[in-house]
Amino acid sequence: MIKTENLSFIYRDTDDENGTIKEEEVLRDINLNIEKGLFTAILGHNGSGKSTLAKHFNAILLPSGGKVYIKGLDTGDENAVFDIRQSAGMVFQNPDNQIVAAVVEDEVAFAPENLGVEPKEIRRRVDECLKVVNMTKFAKSSPSKLSGGQKQRIAIASVLAMNPEILILDEPTAMLDPVGRSEVMRTIKTLNKDRGITVILITHYMDEAAEADRTIVIDSGRIVLDGAPKEVFCNVEQIKALGLDVPQVTELAYELKKLGIQISNDVLTVDECFEELVKALGGAAL
Amino acid sequence: MIKIDNVNYVYQQGMPFERQALFDINIEIPDGSLTALIGHTGSGKSTLIQHLNALIKPTSGKITIDDVNITDAKTDLKLIRRKVGLVFQYPEHQLFEETVYKDIAFGPKNIGLDENEIDERVRLSAEAVGLKEKYLDRSPFELSGGQKRRVAIAGVIAMNPKVLILDEPTAGLDPRGRDSILNLIKNLHEKNRDMIIIFVSHSMEDVAKTAEHVIVMNEGRIETEGSVSEVFTKCKLLRSIGLDVPQITLLADKLRAAGYDLPRHIYTVKYAAKAIKELMGGGGDV
Amino acid sequence: MFKDIIIGQYVPGNSPLHRIAPPFKIILIILYIVLLFIINKPFSYVIFTIYSAALIIISAVPLKMILKGIRPMLWILVLTAIMNLLMTPGEAVLSIPIFSWTLNITKEGIEAGCIMAVRLLYLIIGTSFLTLTTSPLQLTDGIEKLLKPLNKIKVPSHEIAMMMTIAIRFIPTLAEETDKIMKAQTARGADFETGNIIKRARAMMPLLVPLFVSAFRRADELATAMEARCYRGGTNRTKMTQSHMTLLDLKAGIIFAVAAAALILAEFWV
Repeated sequence: MIKTENLSFIYRDTDDENGTIKEEEVLRDINLNIEKGLFTAILGHNGSGKSTLAKHFNAILLPSGGKVYIKGLDTGDENAVFDIRQSAGMVFQNPDNQIVAAVVEDEVAFAPENLGVEPKEIRRRVDECLKVVNMTKFAKSSPSKLSGGQKQRIAIASVLAMNPEILILDEPTAMLDPVGRSEVMRTIKTLNKDRGITVILITHYMDEAAEADRTIVIDSGRIVLDGAPKEVFCNVEQIKALGLDVPQVTELAYELKKLGIQISNDVLTVDECFEELVKALGGAAL
Repeated sequence: MIKIDNVNYVYQQGMPFERQALFDINIEIPDGSLTALIGHTGSGKSTLIQHLNALIKPTSGKITIDDVNITDAKTDLKLIRRKVGLVFQYPEHQLFEETVYKDIAFGPKNIGLDENEIDERVRLSAEAVGLKEKYLDRSPFELSGGQKRRVAIAGVIAMNPKVLILDEPTAGLDPRGRDSILNLIKNLHEKNRDMIIIFVSHSMEDVAKTAEHVIVMNEGRIETEGSVSEVFTKCKLLRSIGLDVPQITLLADKLRAAGYDLPRHIYTVKYAAKAIKELMGGGGDV
Repeated sequence: MFKDIIIGQYVPGNSPLHRIAPPFKIILIILYIVLLFIINKPFSYVIFTIYSAALIIISAVPLKMILKGIRPMLWILVLTAIMNLLMTPGEAVLSIPIFSWTLNITKEGIEAGCIMAVRLLYLIIGTSFLTLTTSPLQLTDGIEKLLKPLNKIKVPSHEIAMMMTIAIRFIPTLAEETDKIMKAQTARGADFETGNIIKRARAMMPLLVPLFVSAFRRADELATAMEARCYRGGTNRTKMTQSHMTLLDLKAGIIFAVAAAALILAEFWV
């Protein structure tokens, strides 16, 4: 679905005072192949280059070196830009700064209107997408009256209305409260499981990354870890050194191991850890 | 000491949007306390902290800080603002001056201090938030997100408040940024033993890491209050009002329910590891 | 509090006046104003007043709202009337000597003053009819449709309408932000309320700078988000809601035409 070949990106900025050009390598030699239908999380701290990478997936940014292919289309090909953006929809961090319309259903209609879709079909898609994100009853509301989580669900619906195969979410929960975060995560997972949409979630929350099928950890513009969440998070020391968190139970297992207790540390959830601990403790401590 | 007596607040009284936001709030916060105020969005946290700075006046009830009645209309607002420093959510959005120095000096200037005193306060508060001297002459808009937030916090500390209140100081930060702000709060607490610090948070994990005392709010009321370890024994209650209980607390709860003899107030990984290790040692299993 | 501000003065309702297709309504209101400036005789104004009263009754907009719209314009109205009263030459009714100069109030002056006042009054009522019965969004939509033929002479009708929509969308957001920044600066001891004009203007800087910075950031992010959803201006764009001429529009058009004809007849032949 998404393929990058030696992708690198250099950010250039001119210094106003003396006219010198500052260059910063934000991404370096990224080689990725993201499969269809998977839920992939890209984890990294602020400034690690994760958002820059995401913006390459729908041709908002173009590589300084290397190539990015979306469904086989080269993002550098000007004629393919709209096809790429239509098949790889993107949701951004700040819910307030991506909503264009003053009425919810007009917002969801925005993208298909841009694509020149038939009015009747737009109506159908708007109704369907609002239903998918569970926001039908707010169709006529003003977005400014909604909560952060609701606004983000509208943003997701408005991207879904393009019928994309890939959904890229650039830190969609960073500005939300726990309730909003779980609403958005639930929506994303439903879209992935029930509708087979390929999901790429950019985040700095490890608990969200732990729910993905694949977790890619990025630091200083390079991929440092890549694999199933369990494989990634058992590198407790390394992840912490990168300024990220691991799930508390993973860390607990790791700490216990250090204390000389026989326990597997590829646990992510409370239940998994509980099972492991019961095994390790045996009936002895009861 | 802060004393809140029977405070009620009705939002837009007598208007069609009338809604009661606070119900019979009674709290006493002693000097030198590091208190966390938690609750989900709309629980009344923000409304309550704005009362402490007289930005909002209660509909009924009384608030005194060190025997100054701040709800009395005759009390000088400047005096209240000097006593109570309030750092809003995303405080970096309020920066406006040409240099970091001037921005931090804004508060002290407003309360009419002389040049020397202002200079001393600016330098001390910059140091307190860990801003290096060289940043003082830069434009605040050139700094990174985390640094901007430090500048904004320094701007409030420079008012030398007796009470420092921070509304969701870690919102939107990545784990490293979050930890550094939480450490900053801890340091301030240790260096200013008289200062009352109150921070608002959604995250029980942040609370567990930082606070000494916790006030839990729900639907405009105080749901429970106590030391961190006391509040964390009320796992069920916290979950029922929509708060995320840390994994480690859930795990300990589950183990206890299965019959393992663990202490009731486990909320950090280190402590949990130690307790489990002891359990094993006691059981003679290792 | 800032969250609940109402943009414009739209009074939601379901009267026939509310339901007329916005572009058509704009045209009718323009014609209403043209008529107002054609007529000149007192009798015509009586008829015009009856028409306007009928409209107010049909629209079900409280009279209070209409009067509220007039209030801020009142001094312009009075000023125009006085200017006309004093500046029109003709047969003097009253002469007031002021030092070496005489102020003449003429018969023509009184007439012109009255007519101008009445015209302005109805002009304000007419335009408030539009804003009272049409939501800002419908209005934007209507303007876009009306400007569409002007695309040929390079008037960016779609862009104008898009700008208006975004402005409407962002007013509550920015109002809320203003409230927040104001509180944050107040907490740092800022004083927005006392002092003379210069002092107060300077006191606004801590509010305006962050507000502008944030507005630019929002604009930048919004542009990216629009681009990501394949926005490319008005070309080849479709609309979810297609408004066609309805029976109601037709009826309104016919009624208007008949009423206008009657008025013009009264003006020229009666």
